[in-house]
Amino acid sequence: MTALVRGQAWVGETPLFAPIDLTVAPGRWTCLLGPSGVGKSTILRLLAGLETGARFQGEVTRDAPVALMAQDPGLIPWLDVAGNVTLGARLRGTLPASFLSKYPGGRETDPVEGSVSRGAEPPLDPAARAAHLIEAVGLADRIHHLPANLSGGQRQRVALARTLFEDRSLVLLDEPFSALDARTRAQMQDLSARLLHRRSILLVTHDPAEAARLGDRILLLRETGLTDWPVLLPRPEAAARPFDAPEVLALQAELMRGMMA
Amino acid sequence: MRTALALILTVLCLWQGLIWLAQMPPFLLPSPRAVAEALWLNRAEITRHAGFTLAEVLLGFVLGAALGAALAIAMGFSDRLTGVLRPILTFSQTIPVFALAPILTLWLGFGMAPKIAVTVLIVFFPVASAFLDGLMRTPQAALDLAQVMGASRIRIMRHLRIPAALPSLATGLRLAAVYAPIGAVIGEWVGGARGLGALMIHANGRMKTDLVFAALLVLSVMTVIFARAVALALHRAWRRYGV
Repeated sequence: MTALVRGQAWVGETPLFAPIDLTVAPGRWTCLLGPSGVGKSTILRLLAGLETGARFQGEVTRDAPVALMAQDPGLIPWLDVAGNVTLGARLRGTLPASFLSKYPGGRETDPVEGSVSRGAEPPLDPAARAAHLIEAVGLADRIHHLPANLSGGQRQRVALARTLFEDRSLVLLDEPFSALDARTRAQMQDLSARLLHRRSILLVTHDPAEAARLGDRILLLRETGLTDWPVLLPRPEAAARPFDAPEVLALQAELMRGMMA
Repeated sequence: MRTALALILTVLCLWQGLIWLAQMPPFLLPSPRAVAEALWLNRAEITRHAGFTLAEVLLGFVLGAALGAALAIAMGFSDRLTGVLRPILTFSQTIPVFALAPILTLWLGFGMAPKIAVTVLIVFFPVASAFLDGLMRTPQAALDLAQVMGASRIRIMRHLRIPAALPSLATGLRLAAVYAPIGAVIGEWVGGARGLGALMIHANGRMKTDLVFAALLVLSVMTVIFARAVALALHRAWRRYGV
């Protein structure tokens, strides 16, 4: 078990969702599918340890630190692509001074914290690691661009690289592709499936097509509660299922029927 | 530039026309020419006084802005402090600075200190108010991310909230730059013999209306240049942050 949410939530006196029992399995994509307003994001925010605006009674546990990627990529407008990708290190004060001097907004590094985290970080220094990830998401030629000069799809690529830079085993995805056009969305699904391979994923989505492409396990959240939807279709290693395969389209239709029921 | 020139010419024509038509005596409304003459004849004295006023404006502006910004950051950290200080700040703005100036002169003497104090009082409120407004409106997506990334409150303030609030701070500073000279002049009216405000009061007392206008003209030009310089400096320093 990597993460678990068990309980019930209310907004005021109105139940937001019926009692649920949700687990995120290690190394797999768990898709939480449902229409808007049934509390999908609340569950994700509970796992992230964020304010939800709802009253929750129950148990939230996770045995790993998380990284978060949401529909709003949350890019910092005054930092370029490299600065945004390394935002976590900047906010924890673990970027070396040489790096900060290149990117305004910070000055010194905390000598104590810096040395502690250096042991925990992978051997590559942050700048090299960031450059590597930016290349992996296909933005090597835009490393010094500001978010304002990027398209919506490119911004989500930056957000993906930033998520990967955090290097967490549990990754929470809150409808990260729902604001993108269909083609860009499909490309981002492929890229994410490849780059987030082996990590434990909770993907919150309202798109049955997305769940059908990515979910190793699909949980349908409706007003009545959580349904574990059987997924018999295997998913290729480190890839999304093909969007045009008849079995995937059938699963998508089946999920849609489930959401309409 | 051409529009500004045309506007100045129009105002001068209206001014001169009013004097001719209404037969205004020079001690009530001096002609543009008389003002220009007064400006030229008293150039050394006016420059000296303008220097004092400018020094007060600069010092008061820097001190007031620093104080206002520091207060906004402190309030940005603590909702409780904001709850206590906000009504006090608003209340402090209901007291006219004109009423405070004599008391400040009584406390701080006839030197530069009370003038700087009045300027600080005028500058710090728009700065604190605009900056705090900006600090409270950091995009939620960025704050959520920072929390999940394990950032401390201080680092969130330094790396996210303050930079994101710089456009608001700049708005407050630009506004304060326009008002700062008013503060200095109010201080000079009340006490002391130095500065454009003092010069105006004394000239007014001796019916030297042309000199009053000349000093006023210099004050206006100085204020416009100062405000423009502040706006330009902020734009250059903080362009990256959307100022």
